[in-house]
Amino acid sequence: MNDKSEREILLSIRDLHIEGFSDEKWNGIVHGVDLDLHKGEVLGLIGESGAGKSTIGLAAMGFTRDGCRIPKGTVVFDGLELMTAGEAKRRELRGSRIAYVAQSAAAAFNPAHKLIDQYSEAPTQHGIMAKSKAEQDAVDLYRRLRLPNPDEIGFRYPHQVSGGQLQRAMTAMAMSCRPDLIIFDEPTTALDVTTQIEVLAAIRDIVEQFDTAAIYITHDLAVVAQMADRIMVLRYGDLVEEADTRKMLSHPEEDYTKTLWAVRSFQKPQKPLAGAGEMPIISVERVTAGYGKSVMVLHDVSFDIHDRRTVAVVGESGSGKSTTARCITGLLPPIEGRILHNGNELPADFRKRSKDQLRQIQMIYQMPDTALNPRQRVRDVIGRPLDFYLGIRGKEKEKRIHALLEQIELEPSQFIDRYPGELSGGQKQRICIARALGAEPQFIICDEVTSALDQIVAEGILKLLFRLQEELKLAYMFITHDLATVRAISDEVVVMLEGRVVEAGPKDVMFTPPHHDYTDLLLSSVPEMDPDWLSDLLEARKGKSMAPAGN
Amino acid sequence: MLIAVWKELKKAPFTAWFGIAIILSYIIVAFFAPVLTPYGETQVVGDEYAPWTSEFLLGTDNIGRDMLSRLLYGARNTVGIAFVTTCLAFFIGGMAGLIASTVGGWTDQILSRIVDVLMAIPQLIFALLLLTIVGTNVVNMILIIALLDSTRVFRLARAVATNVVVMDFVEVARLRGEGIWWLIRHEVLPNSTAPLIAEFGLRFCFVFLLIAALSFLGLGIQPPTADWGSMVRENATLITFGDITPLLPAAAIALLTVAVNFVVDWMLHASSGLKD
Amino acid sequence: MWPILRMVIQRLGLGLLTLFVVSVIIFSSVEFLPGDLAQEILGQAATPETVAAFRKELGLDRPPVERYFTWLGNVAQGDFGKSLANNREISELIGQRLLNTLFLAGFAATIAVPLAITLGVLAALYRNTLFDRMINVFTLTSISFPEFFVAYILILFFAVNWGLFPSISNIGPETSFWDKVYRTMLPAITLTLVVVAHMMRMTRAAIINLLASPYIEMARLKGIKPGRVIVKHALPNALAPIINVVAINLAYLVVGVVVVEVVFVYPGLGQLLVDSVSKRDITVVQASSLVFAATYILLNLTADVLSILTNPRLLHPR
Repeated sequence: MNDKSEREILLSIRDLHIEGFSDEKWNGIVHGVDLDLHKGEVLGLIGESGAGKSTIGLAAMGFTRDGCRIPKGTVVFDGLELMTAGEAKRRELRGSRIAYVAQSAAAAFNPAHKLIDQYSEAPTQHGIMAKSKAEQDAVDLYRRLRLPNPDEIGFRYPHQVSGGQLQRAMTAMAMSCRPDLIIFDEPTTALDVTTQIEVLAAIRDIVEQFDTAAIYITHDLAVVAQMADRIMVLRYGDLVEEADTRKMLSHPEEDYTKTLWAVRSFQKPQKPLAGAGEMPIISVERVTAGYGKSVMVLHDVSFDIHDRRTVAVVGESGSGKSTTARCITGLLPPIEGRILHNGNELPADFRKRSKDQLRQIQMIYQMPDTALNPRQRVRDVIGRPLDFYLGIRGKEKEKRIHALLEQIELEPSQFIDRYPGELSGGQKQRICIARALGAEPQFIICDEVTSALDQIVAEGILKLLFRLQEELKLAYMFITHDLATVRAISDEVVVMLEGRVVEAGPKDVMFTPPHHDYTDLLLSSVPEMDPDWLSDLLEARKGKSMAPAGN
Repeated sequence: MLIAVWKELKKAPFTAWFGIAIILSYIIVAFFAPVLTPYGETQVVGDEYAPWTSEFLLGTDNIGRDMLSRLLYGARNTVGIAFVTTCLAFFIGGMAGLIASTVGGWTDQILSRIVDVLMAIPQLIFALLLLTIVGTNVVNMILIIALLDSTRVFRLARAVATNVVVMDFVEVARLRGEGIWWLIRHEVLPNSTAPLIAEFGLRFCFVFLLIAALSFLGLGIQPPTADWGSMVRENATLITFGDITPLLPAAAIALLTVAVNFVVDWMLHASSGLKD
Repeated sequence: MWPILRMVIQRLGLGLLTLFVVSVIIFSSVEFLPGDLAQEILGQAATPETVAAFRKELGLDRPPVERYFTWLGNVAQGDFGKSLANNREISELIGQRLLNTLFLAGFAATIAVPLAITLGVLAALYRNTLFDRMINVFTLTSISFPEFFVAYILILFFAVNWGLFPSISNIGPETSFWDKVYRTMLPAITLTLVVVAHMMRMTRAAIINLLASPYIEMARLKGIKPGRVIVKHALPNALAPIINVVAINLAYLVVGVVVVEVVFVYPGLGQLLVDSVSKRDITVVQASSLVFAATYILLNLTADVLSILTNPRLLHPR
């Protein structure tokens, strides 16, 4: 039991129902959720997309988005029933006693005003302090949140500040009236792992310092484990399970929670490195590439991908991993260097490649929604490569489509005539896989294929890809920023930073120290399920940064 | 498909129903004008400016032709010409727009810059300038307006298609090695039709009003063809005597554009799926 | 401030280039005249000698590029050449008429712009209410009306039935300002009705688009009062789209004036243009087209530059 549960109750939600308007009728989003929050306590709301977490978070402020309504239920904040209190009363609370931190700080800051003016707006408008006082206060909070140049940063406009800093500035803004409760709505989801750490640490410190209660909404278990005293698991707008963080992590009770917890367990056996004389399927040779003549995105990138191996290319946004894929597929002809396929140089531009060269390299995308033409049936999507590359038509084609659907574990008779709109995210991704397989390639590029999917679904896709690799003898290039995925599926790892390869090697070597500094930073920044992970890491890093302080 | 359309229709607001009814009745009148009219299109049947009687339900015009007959024939001429012009504009502009966005590169640059320049000159003025040069007749007018209006279709088609072209499924097809026509026909066009259909309605209204304006100025559809724009001009003097007859062809124009606008408004509303 | 200055200069340069290209088009369109201009004017009956003499008088015997630059040079000094129909100086014909047209367009704009923006903002604020729906139906209807329909309805009621305003807007250089206002009331109202609908709908769309953005939600979640949310958070970001809307419609006004001028027999540039087109007085058509096009381009250019100047991202570069 966490000690905060002894304290007074700050927020109490009973039998909360929320509905959203779509397709000309009201549909339930949240069906009768109860929630209690004590003073100074941090409650983690966790669930996959569609669980209703954000909607509940906003409802805790007595707020619903346009097109949503609360038909039933009570929200009592510090003795005041928000549902019946009236808009004026609710408005008084918002910003002053309950504050909100949005997912995308870049979008949630008004581009027309300086950060500090947006900071001081709530305190002055709620009559809590004068503008000059608020500005001094802002600088103090910026400093506590470890923003660079705290005296000066507030006088910048939102677009002049980086994402991670902006997210901290937004946390500061939420703190401006020293509220009793802050709603954090996926505040670090849009950030890279190395940036995420700083923001998580800053948020945790400030919440502790001011003894603020918080509702922390996220889909990332490892993150919520660091932040929350207590966790509520939601699914499809219902409460699944609720417990203290440590208990929830060690002894989940419900099956759904257990599967959520277990998804990171899949790991394929690592294959040995290819023999020295073996010809790689794909060689990236000293590729330098960029958009336009002057801005280079890739610098001298080289690595090989061997038969039946999975090479994971890892890096944060802007590291050049997707650009590398574009060079391999020929969408972006490199300025220098070349791409070899089975030892033969491929034309740099895909338009100059032969049909067979195109067939051998297939690609699966991050967003199955945009990778499928919404106006084509599954039959046409999968059938086109068969027809186009292999000249298969008529009955034979029909048979092959069925076989492909079976291969991706979808019942052919049920799915063959569907449009993408009639498929779930995971099913769509499977269709994309089938389309790639239809070309009978040797090599498939998987570009963040699981990051748009819920964890359980993603796990299924990874297992499928692994099985197909064994059955069809495929080589994969796996582009990802998620190290859990890397652990699960790769044989070899290539780490990229700012368009260069910083380190490359077999997975087991890459995941054992000593690492290259950046690999170390990247690996250590990935949150783990251990609730002490963040504290331990910060402690460890502090020790490290103390040591070389001399230079 | 038909069921889906019917389902949408059942939810449609009153204005959309009103619009559809009007459009249908105009189409009927346009097709059956010779059957519905008491007199011929250009037949002089009575005195000039005869008042409304049982013989001439809406009176006669400035040279003694039956107003009602000419009004009905006008549906065929004015609407028909506007429709043909819009189709032509769509064919030119739509094609160019789809090609520009799908091919990209220099093709896109050149087409876009040409359109920029054409659009920098106000449409009516440009039309007047060109008509002066090639002479005012119906064929010239159709060609000129179709060409000028196709620039706007081009802009929209290009914008819509550009949003489709950046989608991964188009990249998939490109990387598969598909040709440009296949891309347009199978990937881009099917995903661009909804906004283009709505735009067709809006462009039609615009073209229709532009042709009416030109005809009203005496520079469009030429006499003795029965046309609503020129009918207003020919009989405008009556208004100063408080006679509303010359307003009827103008009202006929207005009613159709209102109807089309109502339908388009509803379609945009329905396809956006938003409440706003 | 450098990038923004560069962008503004770029736009201005682009505007000048457009003007230049447009002038080339307007000039050369005459070149594509089927047959010969001189022959065309003199008619089939003219002897080859008279045609040749006339060609020389018009300068048609010189190469087109040379003629273009002479023409452009003269235009830059306000000399548009002579009318083919009555041999008068075109600049004389155009001068006063251009002022009249601008007066009418300006008059309509002073009514239309504030009215449209107010209505647009109100419709956006009270969207999906009865008020909004009524405005929607009203604007859709008024967009659909041909200008001459609106004009004649106004004449029928205000001039013929009630006798409040004249149905013919006859003004001269000696007409006093208030008399001008009185006489141009009906054409101004006509133009207002035509553009208000467009402007209002676009304003409404711009504002609604803005109100859906996360920073507006954030402001509401900070407990800011609705009025302040609009004024402080929505309006500064709505300036650019609204400026654009206004400019597009002002440009439209200047052009849309043509039909209205004909209906009200107003001595403006539009009237002159229409008359010249029917007389095939090509030099006058050329000149008035150029003046209209230039006004149109300048208005659009102004909007472009203004919306750059109000964009916070460009005003405060990294």
